[in-house]
This record gives sequence, C-alpha cells and structure tokens, in this order.
Amino acid sequence: MNRWLAWGVLIFGVLYFILPLYGMAEFSLSMRRGVYSFDAYTKVLTDPTFQQTFSYSVMMAVFTIIFGVLLVVPTAYWVRLKMPEARPFVEFITLLPLVIPAIVIVFGYIRLYNTSSWLPLTGSVTGTNLLLMFGYATLSLPYMYRAVDTGLRTIDVATLTEAAQSLGASWATILARIILPNVLVAVLSGAFVTFAIVIGEFTMAALLDRPAFGPYMQLLGANRAYEPAALAVIAFAITWACMGLIQLVSRFSKHTKAQR
Amino acid sequence: MPLKWLGMAPFALFTFLFLLLPTLYIVVGAFRTPLGEFTFQNILDLNTPSIRSAYWVSIKVSVLSALFGCLIGFGMAAAVTLGSLPKWLRNPLMTFSGVASNFAGVPLAFAFIATLGPAGLITIWLRKEFGINVRAYGWNLLSTWGLIITYLFFQIPLMILIIAPALDGLKREWREAAAMLGATGGQYWRMVALPILFPSLLGTFALLFANAFGAVATAIALTGPSLNIAPILLYAQIRGDVLGSPNLGYALAFGMIVITGIANAVYIWLRARSERWLK
Repeated sequence: MNRWLAWGVLIFGVLYFILPLYGMAEFSLSMRRGVYSFDAYTKVLTDPTFQQTFSYSVMMAVFTIIFGVLLVVPTAYWVRLKMPEARPFVEFITLLPLVIPAIVIVFGYIRLYNTSSWLPLTGSVTGTNLLLMFGYATLSLPYMYRAVDTGLRTIDVATLTEAAQSLGASWATILARIILPNVLVAVLSGAFVTFAIVIGEFTMAALLDRPAFGPYMQLLGANRAYEPAALAVIAFAITWACMGLIQLVSRFSKHTKAQR
Repeated sequence: MPLKWLGMAPFALFTFLFLLLPTLYIVVGAFRTPLGEFTFQNILDLNTPSIRSAYWVSIKVSVLSALFGCLIGFGMAAAVTLGSLPKWLRNPLMTFSGVASNFAGVPLAFAFIATLGPAGLITIWLRKEFGINVRAYGWNLLSTWGLIITYLFFQIPLMILIIAPALDGLKREWREAAAMLGATGGQYWRMVALPILFPSLLGTFALLFANAFGAVATAIALTGPSLNIAPILLYAQIRGDVLGSPNLGYALAFGMIVITGIANAVYIWLRARSERWLK
C-alpha cells in the first residue's frame, strides 16, 4: 500500500475520533465564560440525583456481574465437561441478545411480567429491579459466556475435576475452589465488559422506569448545556478504565502462563 | 432423560424466561387480534406512510453507517496492518478501537452535540475563523446524516477490530506469487485479496448494519423523539401506545427482529465461509 495513502487514511480517521472527544472535553470545561473551569464537573458531581443514579447503576452492575458469573461459569463448565453436544445450541442462544434489539426484549418483559400476569415482577420495586438485572444479564450474556468459555479452553477441565473428585470434593467445591480461580482472569474481563454495558445502559432502565444513570444522563442532556459534556467525559473515562483493566488482567494471565 | 441435563437447567430456565419467551410473546402478538385470534392484519397495517418512512430512514441510516464504517475501518486497518506505517501504531489503534466500539449510547450523542451541534466546537470555529455558517449550507446534526456521522464513531472501530485479524490472515506468499506472475498491486487486490476477504467484508457489513439498526439510546439522546426511525417509534409506542394498537406495536417490533435477524444470519453464514480461507 502506498505510504502516503496509508498515512492519509490514518490521519483522517484519527482526526474523526479525536475531534468529538476534544469537543466534549473543551465544552465540559467552558461553563464559565472566557476561562476554563471545572464548574460543570462540580455541578454534576454535587448533584444528589447524579449520586443516587450513579450508585444505583453501580449496584446494578455489581449484582448483574455476580448473577452472570453464577449463571455462566457452571453452565460453561458443564457444557465443556459433560455435554459437548449441547455446545452449538448454547452458543447460539448466547448470541441471540446481539440479534434481538434490547428494546424488543424489554418490550416483551413489560408485557409478560406486568401486574396482571402470572409473574408480576413489575408490580413492586424489588421485582422491577430484579427484572432489570435479568435484562442486563441477558445483554451481557454474549460477552460473559465467550470470555468464560475461552478461559475454560486453556485449562484441562476433565483432569482437574477427576482429581478434585478423587479427593472427595463436592460439585460446589470444585466450581468455587478449582474452576473459578483458574478462569478468574476470563471472568474478570467478562465482568468489566458487563460493568461498561450496565453503567450507561439507557433503553431498558428508561422503559422499566428505574432511576439509573443512563436515563439521568438523557434527562440532563435534554435540559442543560455544559453538564452533559462533563457526564460524557466521565462516561468515556469509565469505558476506558474498564477496557484498560481487561488489558491489564489479560496481560497478567499471559505472565502466569509463561511461568508454567 | 439423563441426569446430566439437570446441569443445564438454570441456564435453560433463565434464557427461556428472560430471552426466548419475551421475544416469542412479541412475535406471537404480531399475528394476533386483541381478542387473541390469528391474523395477518397487524403486519399489513405496518404499511402506513409514517411506519414505512420510519423503517426506511432506519434502514438508510444503518446501511450508510455500515457502508462508511466498513470503508473507513478497512482503510485504517489496512493502513496499520499492510501499509508501511510504523509497527507501534497498531496496538494503540486496536486498544482505542476496543474502547470506542463500546462508547455508544447517551454520552456519544453528547460528544457530537458538543462538537458538531449548533454551539459545537467545529460549528463555532468555522463561523469565527472562516465566516462559514454550516447551518446555511443545510447542516443539521439532528438529521439522517448527523445520525450516520455519530454512529460511525462505534461502527469504524468495530470494523477495525473484526477486519484486522482477517487482513493478518492474508499470506505474504499469495502476494509474492501474484507479483511473480506479473500482477500489479491493483490486480493483486482485485483478483486475489478482495475475493478472499469478500465474505468477511460482507459479513462485517451485515453485523454493523444490525448494530446500527438496534441502537436506541444514541438516537434518542441526539434527536429526542423528533426523528422518525423504527427504534424511536417503538420506544414511543411502548411508552404511550402512539400507534393506538398494542398488536401493531408487536408487529413493529417483529419487523425489527426480522431485519436484524436476516442481517445476522448473513453474517454467521459468511463468517463460516471466510474461516475456510483464513486459518
């Protein structure tokens, strides 16, 4: 490829990516006329609604991760160990959330689990929170499952299981003390992707009417000028941190593998 | 039933209740009258000017953002993998792509409003420095093209992430063999590289299409309810039954599943084909 063309394409692309990021950073600092200041950030960070919605979303992310790990790790382990024939089906199902738009899934939730249904989850606050967490777990399923499954591929599941069983370990012990520590890096990278997804998710939270960070950002965007830019910078920093942590833990895992 | 199926029970139960059943409910509802009888009327009722235009604008935005995403992403990936650029550029680009492809939704809309919106960085700069009022030239961020330019921010990185490994799979020998037989660079690309890459390119195009088609948050944060595209119409329908018929709402959602389903089927089929070459 022509060297000048290559540089041209790259510089064009980099400009396209840098300018919006620069634009939002600049805008977020320009609340005070004429000088750069952190006013927009102070405004946002001291807003009680920000604190409430942000901690709500962090809590939801944590619960989603715990639930996702409890659901995915045993399943992926079981498929590898006992049911390789079920693999194509399980993989297909875990890819479905990428095919069916989130708005359609949550539409189904609202109609299926409303107050007059057999499982009236939307009838109470706890129930709706639970439903939202299930929704988030569904959204993150493709990423979580593939991360864990890739992690399981690098260890000898059958041998580890037999060794543990011959020492008298129960299934719960095997999963919690043998399998999970061995795929911890994979679980962590799945967890960070889940965190990044949940923290900014808008559609499900808005339609289930929960006070999450995504709908708060949207509401602020419709009513304010500078604060949304500050929120965008914060959200970008969170995404960057999550992806950075994934790189960090996977580098850490390569290191431990090399020592073996 | 053998006991080992029991190990799949939690997963099966969860995905049935919170993924398959809700989707099925929508699909079945699309073919039902309010009284529960079977009908095609809901699907036929989708053929109104407003719903048709919502789907049409959605498809247009998705096709164009996928197309430009593919072209620019391919160019950038090719520049760092095949072009004679310094090697150290590759890793930062891939890391950045991983972040940017996940930077979607509401904050992305804010970033573009702050840059290309009425009071955005570039808009103001062009007006101050060059006296160009982009609005006078018809530019409006809250439009189809504004949406496309915004969507490219996650489309291009996704393309880079998927296509870079495929470009790595192009063997040096193929290029050398072609050159030995007297092929020019253009001929090599037209007759060797592109036919090999074609399934991955088209497959990624389908994936990007589905990706843009289902995006709700970015569009709502960018344009509010003003732009008539399928996901925003569905959002309004769920919120307040704007179509005046719940079953028509199911049909609208069913149409979205069909479109993203076809796009993904194309992607899966073509990826299986492309993997035959790139190993």
